[in-house]
Amino acid sequence: MKIKDTLENYVFVLPAVVIFSIFYIIPFIWVFQLGLFEWDGISFTKVFVGLANFKEIFLQDNNWWQSIWNAGYITLIALTFQNILVFMLAWACDREIRMKNFYRVIFFIPPVLSEIVVGMVWRFIINDIEGANIINRMLAAAGFPNLMHHWLSDPKTVLTTVAIVHCWKGFGWGFLIFLAGLQTIPHQLYESARVDGANAWQSMKKITIPLMIPVMVLVAILTVLGSMQAFALILGLVGGEFAGHTSVPVLRILASMRSSSPRFGYACAQGISFGMILVIISFIQYRFSKKGQ
Amino acid sequence: MKHALYYKSKRFLTNALIHIFLISVAITCLYPLFWMIVSSLKTQDIIFKDISLIPHQFHFENYVNALKEEGFGRSFVNSVFYTSSSVFSIVIIASLAGYAFSRLRFPGRIALFYMFMAAMMIPIPASFVPLYFLLNKLHLRDTPIGYILCMISVGLSVSIFLLKTFFDRIPRELEDAARIDGCSKMGIWWHVALPLAKPVLAVVIVFNALNIWNEYILALIIFDSRKFMPLQVALQIFQGEFVTNYPLLMAGLTIAALPIIIVYLLMQKYIIKGITSGAVVG
Repeated sequence: MKIKDTLENYVFVLPAVVIFSIFYIIPFIWVFQLGLFEWDGISFTKVFVGLANFKEIFLQDNNWWQSIWNAGYITLIALTFQNILVFMLAWACDREIRMKNFYRVIFFIPPVLSEIVVGMVWRFIINDIEGANIINRMLAAAGFPNLMHHWLSDPKTVLTTVAIVHCWKGFGWGFLIFLAGLQTIPHQLYESARVDGANAWQSMKKITIPLMIPVMVLVAILTVLGSMQAFALILGLVGGEFAGHTSVPVLRILASMRSSSPRFGYACAQGISFGMILVIISFIQYRFSKKGQ
Repeated sequence: MKHALYYKSKRFLTNALIHIFLISVAITCLYPLFWMIVSSLKTQDIIFKDISLIPHQFHFENYVNALKEEGFGRSFVNSVFYTSSSVFSIVIIASLAGYAFSRLRFPGRIALFYMFMAAMMIPIPASFVPLYFLLNKLHLRDTPIGYILCMISVGLSVSIFLLKTFFDRIPRELEDAARIDGCSKMGIWWHVALPLAKPVLAVVIVFNALNIWNEYILALIIFDSRKFMPLQVALQIFQGEFVTNYPLLMAGLTIAALPIIIVYLLMQKYIIKGITSGAVVG
């Protein structure tokens, strides 16, 4: 009876465990295994090369480090520009103002769209065909015709343009998380601070920011993980790696796998290196927050 | 002592500035979508010349033509099918597992639960490489069922986590009553637990639906045949090698974006709740 009972309990988790093991755990293990081989993905023979793939990544593959740098640049803009803006937006929406819910609903529309759709729509808006660029037209109409620019075809501006569109797409996440965090701060704290004669800036510095540090760390970690791994937006917006100017790690991994001479083992090694970098950054951010408290 | 009017006008001014700030961000959010829809109703000749916000003539035939273009209409049906069947499977499979992890006792329970949780924490940006190889081996690559199974496994972790934490919080009395009435375990899950879990199931459904509808990378590497491709991958057919038919592209983008915006507007309460509860737990 007891055994039958336990077996019955396993039936509940069986479908989840089977599907998850086959389509998640096995690929996860294979990434580490394949990273040690040179393999084109088609032939039966895989050549064991040890850590040679990793050596090549760390010592020779300049394109790879360029892509890490590009992703880091996008992430840095998202961490600073986007998150400061998002904090201000959440702070503004936490007050007693009208249409609060309206703003909240609107700000989360870009995050529900796919990266491909967002990329293609913005490409259309800022494309360069016959000077029809809407942003340029607005600049001209506002009296700054000398600021008109081919944003997506100039190597100097293309990555920043990608980063800003990325911020447009992603800021709604941080906004909602910050707002949820701000709403957990009891209003009596602000009341008593005001009674003690604190002005708005002082209560921001002494109450809001210290209490929000864990939420800020969460948003920072999510921003890093999301921004470093963004790639479909670039495919929609720029169309590809643009001779390395908009290459990012996931696009590099995809290129290793889909080139005319595919290198599956190398793609896995790239994925492992990249995954490690992400885990290390998240861990440092987490430790940093523990120290800050 | 300053006059009350001073405080009143200061407050009014602050609020006005805040609204200007918020409204300008809201316009920035909506403008590209508005422009996408407006442009989808123009023709190729005037799309870059006529910059009026309301087109002079509404060319709804762009939508008909977009759906006819190289099986784009079929891709729409594919996306609806992949999303609905994966979400339905996730709801059943994850609620069974979430209920078991919360209520039932069996050896390995904690280890299995942590296996699902670990997957949420560890990023594996290259897992699509061996997944491609695995599906090839199982003869599931370039098949709808292979794609759906991948989508189910991607959605399981978070869904199980949400459902388990929900079941942990609800009292057991109702289930006890059902047990005394002679209800089987499966019967309790179906008749008692699932109806109680409706609010969290809504969160699970909306999040997975958004994810699967918008999924790109696996669809890109799994499907070779155009007839199986979902919308996100099929959109590339509008981007011509030399000339892009922009009104058609904009109609295609609207077709890909509008369903998800509508679902979001109808269910936004649950999305905000999901993020808020996730943020508090995290």
